[in-house]
Amino acid sequence: MPVNIELKAIHRRVAEIIIDELKLEDVTPDTFNPEMDLVDELGIDSMDLATIALVLQDEYKIVIDEDDYPRLKTVRLICEYIEDKIATRH
Amino acid sequence: MKTVSTLLDAEWRERYRRISSLNIRSSIYDLTNRCNLRCKGCFFFSSGEHHVQEEMDIRRWEAFIDREKIRGVNLAILIGGEPTLCMDRLEAFYRRVPTYCATNGLIKVPRDRFPDMMVGISLWGGGEDEKILRGRDTFAVSSKNYEGDPCAYYLYTLTPRQVGKTEPVIRRIRDAGLKVHLQLLSNDEGVDGFSWRPEELSDLRFELDEMLDHYPRTVISCRYYHEIITTGLMQGRRFGWRECPSVTESLDHRQPPVRRLIHFYRWAADLQTVHRCCTSATRDCSTCKDGAAHMSWVMVNKRDHMNATRDLHNWIEVYEMFAKLYKFIPW
Ligand code: SF4
Ligand code: SF4
Repeated sequence: MPVNIELKAIHRRVAEIIIDELKLEDVTPDTFNPEMDLVDELGIDSMDLATIALVLQDEYKIVIDEDDYPRLKTVRLICEYIEDKIATRH
Repeated sequence: MKTVSTLLDAEWRERYRRISSLNIRSSIYDLTNRCNLRCKGCFFFSSGEHHVQEEMDIRRWEAFIDREKIRGVNLAILIGGEPTLCMDRLEAFYRRVPTYCATNGLIKVPRDRFPDMMVGISLWGGGEDEKILRGRDTFAVSSKNYEGDPCAYYLYTLTPRQVGKTEPVIRRIRDAGLKVHLQLLSNDEGVDGFSWRPEELSDLRFELDEMLDHYPRTVISCRYYHEIITTGLMQGRRFGWRECPSVTESLDHRQPPVRRLIHFYRWAADLQTVHRCCTSATRDCSTCKDGAAHMSWVMVNKRDHMNATRDLHNWIEVYEMFAKLYKFIPW
């Protein structure tokens, strides 16, 4: 699969997971702004992040270190992080 | 979708940003099993939590604190017994990690050794209540020890007998150049006349609001905290075991998992035993009035306060209050 399509799919899925886990209203994976700061704007905290990380770990068969949580500030950054993890897995 | 920007104006957004980056990771440490008082209703002695072999080797304390730092603790809350009976342990914490010392105020923390350590001085009401519950009027001593100290405040535990009588106490604290935070007695030892009745709690809520309005520079509090602590309700949920965030992580097997303080532990003075929570394991959670647990309850439930501007303001005010009391932001 071409890389940009794969990345788009990850974006969509990450947004979907965040919307589901946080029970967000009035937003869809397509309208979710990938640059929105999840802490400063959406108000998520480390417990929310831990819950989201668990789902992502399962979905992408990766390990997300708790020390990395501060890096996972936007959907775009989460996607890049997942990509890196998948790449180093192979 | 509700976001911080849609709910807050620029001023509140700034206040939100200031606290949202703090990432406070607290744990509680019984510094010693000894005390120079024996208060009726003291959860530490009534629950038998002092029955552990106190670690006496200061090097073991130092190594333990270093491990706690690695565990991510950035706020050490020292309780006891009376922490000021063990200045070397107090100093070992203070030199390594942001430290808060809860004391009865009878022994002064020397400011040349601990220049900016936050000190919370316990107070159980006016002189008469203090004599009944603690055997002496501690205020007479503690207010002299800490007069005008910018890094000390009173932790005033209100009893049902204090309803309608808080103002003179708060005035005395103000006159001593100190600040005060208010919390409620849980009456762990069932002392007659010191258990709360609903009408006393609702009267107290309005009295607390009034004190905050009249003494805004002295009282470190907010209305939402008064509501939560006197009703035990937040967003329609009732405080208790199923909601409490201040449970030691390794002992927390609640299912489904509860929103809680990340990596929170309460350690005994043997540095091995852990206690169930920030207060006594023998306390009935359904009547627990622990102030810090109620504050933390609000703090860990931020997103539940993102449905309306008023709710998010309330959340910010509680978080700011906590951050001031533990010296993460200035008064
Ligand atoms: S001063 Fe504190 S530790 Fe000592 S007996 Fe009283 S409540 Fe307990
Ligand atoms: S006694 Fe209070 S602080 Fe302890 S677990 Fe129960 S509700 Fe929480």
